[in-house]
Amino acid sequence: MIDGLRRLGRSTLFWLNRLGRATLFLLRLLSALPTLAKRPSLAIRQLYSVGVLSLPIIAMSGLFVGMVLGLQGYANLVDFGATSSLGRVVALSLARELGPVLAALLYAARAGSALTAEIGLMKTTEQLSAMQMMAVDPFARVYAPRFVAGIIAMPLLAGIFTAVGILGGYFVAVQQLGVDSGAFWSQMQSTVKLFDDVINGVVIKSVVFGWVANWIAVFEGYDAIPTSEGISLATTRTVVNTSLVVLAVDFVLTALFFGV
Amino acid sequence: MPMPNTPFSRSDPPDPPPLITVRGLTFYRGDRAIFRDVDLDIQRGKVTAIMGPSGAGKTTLLRLIGGQIRPHAGRIEVDGACVHELGRRELYQLRKRMSMLFQSGALFTDLSVFDNVAFPLREHTRLSEALIRILVLMKLEAVGLRGARDLMPSELSGGMARRAALARSIALDPMMIMYDEPFSGQDPITMGVLIKLIRTLNDALGLTSIIVSHDVKETASIADYIYLLSEGSIVDHGSPQTLERSRSAWVEQFLHALPDGPMSFHYPAAAYAQDLSLAQEPSP
Ligand SMILES: Nc1ncnc2c1ncn2[C@@H]1O[C@H](COP(=O)(O)OP(=O)(O)OP(=O)(O)O)[C@@H](O)[C@H]1O
Ligand SMILES: [Mg+2]
Repeated sequence: MIDGLRRLGRSTLFWLNRLGRATLFLLRLLSALPTLAKRPSLAIRQLYSVGVLSLPIIAMSGLFVGMVLGLQGYANLVDFGATSSLGRVVALSLARELGPVLAALLYAARAGSALTAEIGLMKTTEQLSAMQMMAVDPFARVYAPRFVAGIIAMPLLAGIFTAVGILGGYFVAVQQLGVDSGAFWSQMQSTVKLFDDVINGVVIKSVVFGWVANWIAVFEGYDAIPTSEGISLATTRTVVNTSLVVLAVDFVLTALFFGV
Repeated sequence: MPMPNTPFSRSDPPDPPPLITVRGLTFYRGDRAIFRDVDLDIQRGKVTAIMGPSGAGKTTLLRLIGGQIRPHAGRIEVDGACVHELGRRELYQLRKRMSMLFQSGALFTDLSVFDNVAFPLREHTRLSEALIRILVLMKLEAVGLRGARDLMPSELSGGMARRAALARSIALDPMMIMYDEPFSGQDPITMGVLIKLIRTLNDALGLTSIIVSHDVKETASIADYIYLLSEGSIVDHGSPQTLERSRSAWVEQFLHALPDGPMSFHYPAAAYAQDLSLAQEPSP
């Protein structure tokens, strides 16, 4: 009993300590942004590796999720003779929830883990120390460009996920199940609001998720114990923590934007 | 047995003022004192060697001088500035003039050899690419790797990586270079070339060099001054000739690589028998 309490206390302290360090890290990261603004090319190069290279998995997943939505939506709506609302169901679920959330989870697995491992390995092989000794600040040269590129990539990936998902839903609903094409699109057009659904859902949510996912990924790499086990632990933490935090934050944002 | 820790007690002339002065340096890792009240001076324009057994804290000393870690007590001054009291901006200004060759080389694995050497030039100067190309090729020629410019670090041998890192560390023509184990992993020919290179760089460019090494013969052959480090303090110092003549047991052991002597090969530990649980238990 006492032992359990003690363990609880210790792990709480451990996490508070990490949260504190992560916050300090974030502050230094933000203070490096003006330097980065003078050399945007650094972030653009990272945009390729976190963004472009994540495209295939994002597009593929979006397609399948959209197709599943089409099938499930049809199976449920057909009893009410409401299959013409299928376009609306597919688009709203994707734009409000599935697009940003799944894109963020996939991003953590594909790009976040890679960021953590890359930075952790740079630390282990003393590349970051060498950089500091060359009077080059890793915050401006390594961490900030990755962080910023990730935040830019996230809404774009979520947008692509959503768009491809809608196409997948369209394919199943209209091409396979015979829903009227005109109804599919016009229902979608009349119910999906640009500000309420697309901006709040896809854009704002995924910018927040991008912030969280990249902050965690870059921090875990920075904070990794410089050994092979340290890096593997840090990579796992990135994926697990990002997933948990994204889902929790999603609940809060959904309550804010879409709650009654 | 303890030696007086006053660097001026021996032969070196007092002027010009040393580039680096370390006074009362104390540094702990956990409970273990890596340095206890260490004083040393690095003279301008000289090659100073810091020797000591593995784990003595040689790399740690270089990191302290470079301002990557802070001492728990004492002062480290480089060119008149107290390294651990500088703000980040001033520290970075100072570091542009100092350079460190890491034990592992620490090349950037995502850049080719050429881009590695060009890195500090591109970060800190506004030179044209054409000029950078010339400078990089000159540095690579100096270390014999001009032909390897397009290789990636993963395609280099350990020794080549070290030389590429050396080319990178002289790219900005610093006022001083700290070499961490420049000789380990080099074949005898390369070793000879490196020794000459370090000496030539030092004299031709008017650098100040610090070599950290346990290759006694090679290091003694180019060093102007040697500090012997063991168990947290300077056990002896002087020119190679003075040390060669020294009767000190440390010097005897270290310079002549004797297994027994005051320096321990072992990391501090409990008694061996006790560790193996032989002491308490009666043998079966
Ligand atoms: N990050 C660290 N955390 C804890 N202890 C450390 C750390 N780095 C080094 N040490 C300890 O500090 C001591 C000195 O290490 P250092 O790397 O300076 O030795 P060294 O003289 O360079 O040895 P070598 O010749 O083997 O490179 C070692 O005993 C090591 O156990
Ligand atoms: Mg070392």
